[in-house]
Amino acid sequence: MYAVEEKNDVFTEELKLNLGPQHPSTHGVLRVELKMDGEIITASRCDIGYLHRCAEKIGENVTYLQFTPYTDRMDYLASMNNNLAWSLAVEKLIDVEAPERAQWIRVIVAELNRIASHLIAFGTYGIDIGANTPFFYAFRERESIMALLERPSGARMLYNYIRPGGVGHDVDDQWLADVLAFCDEFERRWKEYNTLLTNSHIFIKRTANIGVIPKDVALAYGCTGPVLRGSGVKWDLRRDVPYLKPYDELEFDVPVGEGTHGSLGDCWDRYWVRMREMMESIRIIRQACPRVPDGPFMDKKTSGMYKTPLKPKPGEAYVRCENPRGELGFYVVSEGGTSPIRCRTRAPSFCNLAVLDVLLPGTMIADGVAIIGSLDIVLGEVDR
Amino acid sequence: MGILNHALPNIGPVKAVDTAIGWGRKSSIWPMTFGIACCAIEMMAVYAATFDLDRFGAGVPRATPRQSDLIIVPGTVNAKMAVRVKRLYDQMAEPRYVIAMGACVCGGGPYVKWGYNTVKGVHKIIPVDIFVPGCPPRPEALMDGILKLRDQVGRDAVFARREQAGKEMDGRYAAAS
Repeated sequence: MYAVEEKNDVFTEELKLNLGPQHPSTHGVLRVELKMDGEIITASRCDIGYLHRCAEKIGENVTYLQFTPYTDRMDYLASMNNNLAWSLAVEKLIDVEAPERAQWIRVIVAELNRIASHLIAFGTYGIDIGANTPFFYAFRERESIMALLERPSGARMLYNYIRPGGVGHDVDDQWLADVLAFCDEFERRWKEYNTLLTNSHIFIKRTANIGVIPKDVALAYGCTGPVLRGSGVKWDLRRDVPYLKPYDELEFDVPVGEGTHGSLGDCWDRYWVRMREMMESIRIIRQACPRVPDGPFMDKKTSGMYKTPLKPKPGEAYVRCENPRGELGFYVVSEGGTSPIRCRTRAPSFCNLAVLDVLLPGTMIADGVAIIGSLDIVLGEVDR
Repeated sequence: MGILNHALPNIGPVKAVDTAIGWGRKSSIWPMTFGIACCAIEMMAVYAATFDLDRFGAGVPRATPRQSDLIIVPGTVNAKMAVRVKRLYDQMAEPRYVIAMGACVCGGGPYVKWGYNTVKGVHKIIPVDIFVPGCPPRPEALMDGILKLRDQVGRDAVFARREQAGKEMDGRYAAAS
């Protein structure tokens, strides 16, 4: 028998690993450079730009109305909300306000699209964790929303429906009734999701206490939306800075993370905030549908610009809206021409992604995938 | 099947074997999990329950190019991504097929005029079999594209010698590599 001396010189070599741009769980074309010690991530660096589509430069070359479809393609999961933010920015620049009916329709379609966007987050997060079934359930309800939004707008995904001055087309009473019927249907489906994924023992083990963002870190990195609310900060522009009149009159809660299954601000909290936001959106739609007033759906003065390009007075406008992913801002500067001279976007995904480099070091690589999924980024918006 | 590929004469029994193999191949297309932009969401909708691409045997995306024989390019390819798309295509084993999904990939789309960074059509990088236009194309459009690809895959000979059409095919693959 030989005595085996214990030596501490066993070490694993540092491994550099590229996650993406083609990777099933990076939610698009994100590349993360990871330094690995075995299975532990020691350092990470995000590499973006694989979907840079020159949106801001295009904004400086096309007219104000022509830029609306490009905002669709930034955050393509929430086109209505992007249209809304851009339309509000242009309306602020030319100092008009959309008619009452348009404002209520805007609220309904924006909240419907918020549900559709959160459904994708829910379904693809399941796939990231290793549960394939929720994806199919989520897309079933998403198809219903697509069918509803297709009727007034004519498109399934990229609507170009909310325009400066109002909305593109009117909705009829049958549509409003169908939206209400969908709300009843969705409420039942939502309970299915919770039995499928939310309360699943494996899912909780994979997400609770993973990727904890403390309150101060979330605030310091400019996180917004469910990422910020998951860390326990009650901040929602719809409630705190109502950018549409109806939001002032509607009743809804702002769900925040509570640390139910672990620390406050972990992946499960962010996920659960999104799930509850869907129900809040349903609550908003339920209240809004019967209250849509009669009247014009497009401002008369503004609709003139569909014939001749609009020329706002020199000035600037900044408008921010609560997107499904956080705070979307459009900053427009006019010098009196037909197109803005600067058209800047404050993208929520971009700011939420910045916190990733703080979260990843020290975690296992499988948890890294769970963290990326819980931030729910859209690369079209990160790169623009 | 190696050295026998396109080596046998184009006669009855060989054709019959080719038809049988073609039927099998077209009914088990393995696409690659690859999403770039907006079109990827519609592609996911095609995989999901409502449209259910699995009816045509193409519903299980593989995570790596080495296991897949179809690459659907769903979304704008820009200068930085073009290198990766080319590399992904090169990593796939023959026979491989490409579907260009969406207006951006077919020829620039909305970014054709001012998009200083976008590639105006993915056919400038890799050879494309099926173009599916639209911004984004409806799921029905993508399914139509995949059905057309199925026909093409079923017609492809494996053992039989390729005549005129075969030369064109070889030229096409030569241009790609």
